Amino acid sequence: MVVLKKQDELVWKKRTTREQWINWFYWLIGISIVLFAWKIISDKTVWFFVQDAPRQAADIGSRMIPPKWSYSFELIEPVWDTINIATLGTVIAMIIAVPVAFCAARNTTPHSTVRIVALFIIVSSRSVNSLIWALMLVYILGPGVLAGTVAIGLRSIGFCAKLIYESIEEIDANQVEAVKATGASNLQQMIYGIIPQVLPTIAGVGIYRWDINIRESTILGLVGAGGIGLQLNGSINTLAWTQVSTILLVILATVFVSEWVSAKVRGAII
Amino acid sequence: MMNNVSETLYPKSWKKPPFIKRSWLRWSIIIGSILYLIAALLSMDINIQRVLEGLPRGQRFIESFFPPNFSDNRGVVWEGILESIWMAIISTVVGVALSIPIGLGAARNLAPLWVYMTCRFIIAGSRTFPEIILAIFAVKLFGFGPFAGFIALSLGTIGFFAKLLAEDIENSSPAQAEAVKATGANWFQWINYAIQPQVMPRMIGLSVYRLDINFRESAVVGIVGGGGIGATLNTAFSRYEFDTAAAILLIIIAIVMVLEYASSHLRKWVQ
Repeated sequence: MVVLKKQDELVWKKRTTREQWINWFYWLIGISIVLFAWKIISDKTVWFFVQDAPRQAADIGSRMIPPKWSYSFELIEPVWDTINIATLGTVIAMIIAVPVAFCAARNTTPHSTVRIVALFIIVSSRSVNSLIWALMLVYILGPGVLAGTVAIGLRSIGFCAKLIYESIEEIDANQVEAVKATGASNLQQMIYGIIPQVLPTIAGVGIYRWDINIRESTILGLVGAGGIGLQLNGSINTLAWTQVSTILLVILATVFVSEWVSAKVRGAII
Repeated sequence: MMNNVSETLYPKSWKKPPFIKRSWLRWSIIIGSILYLIAALLSMDINIQRVLEGLPRGQRFIESFFPPNFSDNRGVVWEGILESIWMAIISTVVGVALSIPIGLGAARNLAPLWVYMTCRFIIAGSRTFPEIILAIFAVKLFGFGPFAGFIALSLGTIGFFAKLLAEDIENSSPAQAEAVKATGANWFQWINYAIQPQVMPRMIGLSVYRLDINFRESAVVGIVGGGGIGATLNTAFSRYEFDTAAAILLIIIAIVMVLEYASSHLRKWVQ
């Protein structure tokens, strides 16, 4: 913030002239990058299809109404599968994520090499999307709910372990020292000094990830890994639009319920 | 007598307090989850034989990933990566630009009730459906290619960014807002000088984080035809070129690591 003197009058400005020019320069660079990106994308676009899109949207929309309500009874089993994929996947992830997190946290890791390995596990699990995990696991385990569950589990390890290890690094060291002062062994320090401090985070992260996993498991069926995505894919491929709209509404309802449950449970814990 | 007093004052044993205090709730949660696990595992229909058959196949599958082949399809992979990066940049910029009015509208302290409800509805709709489902519809409407992916990722960005922006605005200090209002500022000046400086640092951090997410998501929208590295990855899988697929996965991991490192540094620097 500066006050400039202009013809014996004081003028308030947010930036000096120099700062203003530097600011414009950054904007210029940013806008050029965006325009360049836009050019690349638009070169690869068939604009005829894009112009046609509103008509297509209206057409598909009109075919989707009314939803085929009778179909929703056939969806009970896929929804059950979807919830199972998310829940069991989260359980698997948490079982693996907690030890990984303890290895990755600077203050509890047994050795710095172990820490690097743990961090690598976290990053590679996080970078590969659950759909890609599912794509690979369907090759190994065969199509079905099991591949989806393992995919969700593998994908969630990184997320859970990252949040947990960050909270382990932020614990209050005094409490651990107090437990140590009573003559507790390393394991006892862990159980009575560290775990009670991070337990709410662990539970919270698990619930939060479960909520995300419900959403993710609705699409795993696209590559054959079970759940409601299988029906969605089938209905889209057979152009059964009334079924598609029913499925979308069912997904909407499931996600809303899961969000409500997770908000309630997190509210009770924290 | 003395002995008796010391015993009452200092109990000899101590039990850890349970995580959930109400015992009926604790037990019903434990029993309920055990019953659920049994039901879920029974309905999963695990075909042990198929899994056992799959394990040696899985081993061969994993072996065929090594060594990752960076050279054979270099041109295609490079092109896919660049396309993903451009897609991530443009969809983050457009998504954030669209999120700002929606986020302002979804903040209860700025907007009247009907605007608030409309904006919250848009956010909820965008958050519910994963980017892949959005991408399927975008591909149906706009045809194959990165444009569909760009639309899907932009829509996905709205749900994420507008929600966090709205929450941040709702948590901003009303005192500063009132001070600026008291100077006679109009609505735009009010937003620009009172609200924006309060939420800006966090928003910059979040947009870099979203760029990171959009890059990762661009690796999967390609599976349903949305362009980017996902299309290349899917082709590599369907052509059984697993060594190329491994190379692509490693490149994705490397870029995500760089982005994550950069974004955490930028966030620290901004705050």
